[in-house]
Amino acid sequence: MAFKDYIRERFFPHIWCPGCGHGMVLKGMLKAVEKLGIDKNNIVMVSGIGCSARITGYVDFHTLHTIHGRALAFATGVKISRPELCLIVPMGDGDALAIGGNHFIHACRRNIDITAVIMNNRIYGMTGGQYSPLSGIGKYASTAPYSTIENKFDIVKLAETAGASFVARTTTYHIREMIDILCMAISNKGFSVVEIFSQCPTYFGRKNELKTPTDMLNYFKDNTTPIGSKVKEANPELIERGVFINSSMPEYCEEYDKIVAKAKKNTEV
Amino acid sequence: MAKKVLKEHIINKDWCKGCGICVFFCPKNVLELDKEGKVFASRPKDCICCKQCELMCPDFAIEIEVQ
Ligand SMILES: Cc1ncc(C[n+]2csc(CCOP(=O)(O)OP(=O)(O)O)c2C)c(N)n1
Ligand code: SF4
Ligand code: SF4
Ligand code: SF4
Repeated sequence: MAFKDYIRERFFPHIWCPGCGHGMVLKGMLKAVEKLGIDKNNIVMVSGIGCSARITGYVDFHTLHTIHGRALAFATGVKISRPELCLIVPMGDGDALAIGGNHFIHACRRNIDITAVIMNNRIYGMTGGQYSPLSGIGKYASTAPYSTIENKFDIVKLAETAGASFVARTTTYHIREMIDILCMAISNKGFSVVEIFSQCPTYFGRKNELKTPTDMLNYFKDNTTPIGSKVKEANPELIERGVFINSSMPEYCEEYDKIVAKAKKNTEV
Repeated sequence: MAKKVLKEHIINKDWCKGCGICVFFCPKNVLELDKEGKVFASRPKDCICCKQCELMCPDFAIEIEVQ
């Protein structure tokens, strides 16, 4: 199937601003699904609220556009009732880690077979450029006209510590790597977290001296490096990309089935 | 592998938002924005069909058709 068969063409051109990275994440996801050859009727994409969350409107899968921060809760319900379906949950950094932070850590902890894709643009795009828990110190936002003073989360470390069985980071600039990582994440039987740096030229870029989408993509190129690379030793500030965790752990739905079987056995005797 | 030969750049002007990503990242400087801020292939003969533009366009607005 050509990957364009996975989009709802009638809703294009999409609503995202010129050069917004979310369109590139959409493309990466579709290419990954095409590569894996998953039937579109077996995929459920669930999102919350945000520019990022609008992604569900454009894919021709089963889609649920739910409420801010709670996409993982809805997805958990779908997965538990229909474990044979492939669940993908795209989220903004605010959606996933501000309002949705608690749902996020607990989904990691349960290791339920869902792929969470965090489209990290380090800002609240949809509501006008407020800073997010991923902005980091010294960034400008509509709510931080004199710059931010808060530390940011490290999504990779957070997901790893909370118990996700697959954890990776990539960027929109590295779209080929993004496609490969998404394939691995979707194939993992457990909770997968993929952090993707995605550019918001309209708010994050404009306020932080990255004037064009191209500047932002080059920023991702210049400030990241593959895990364990030599350049990182010389320049520890570089952010690592790649697969950090890929391990086999008990998956929630399978464990739940076992409990059901156990309970049934107990009631028989 | 046989060298790919360009048939044409398929550009959907209704979807192109003129972000300039394809123009900048084309390794052969094939693309430009026109007066309306939409992309066009100004030097199609130089195209090596690498499809970098097609892959990176956030708006699904440019495709490379090979012969
Ligand atoms: C319960 C609730 N609180 C607040 C909002 C307002 N709101 C909508 S989107 C959003 C944040 C969007 O940022 P992010 O999730 O990072 O996505 P982006 O738009 O940057 O892609 C907020 C706070 C809401 N819709 N619902
Ligand atoms: S505001 Fe930012 S995140 Fe939202 S569509 Fe525009 S560029 Fe993308
Ligand atoms: S990347 Fe896409 S939207 Fe941007 S200028 Fe090129 S064709 Fe137009
Ligand atoms: S296929 Fe490659 S060379 Fe041809 S226009 Fe696109 S980016 Fe440039």
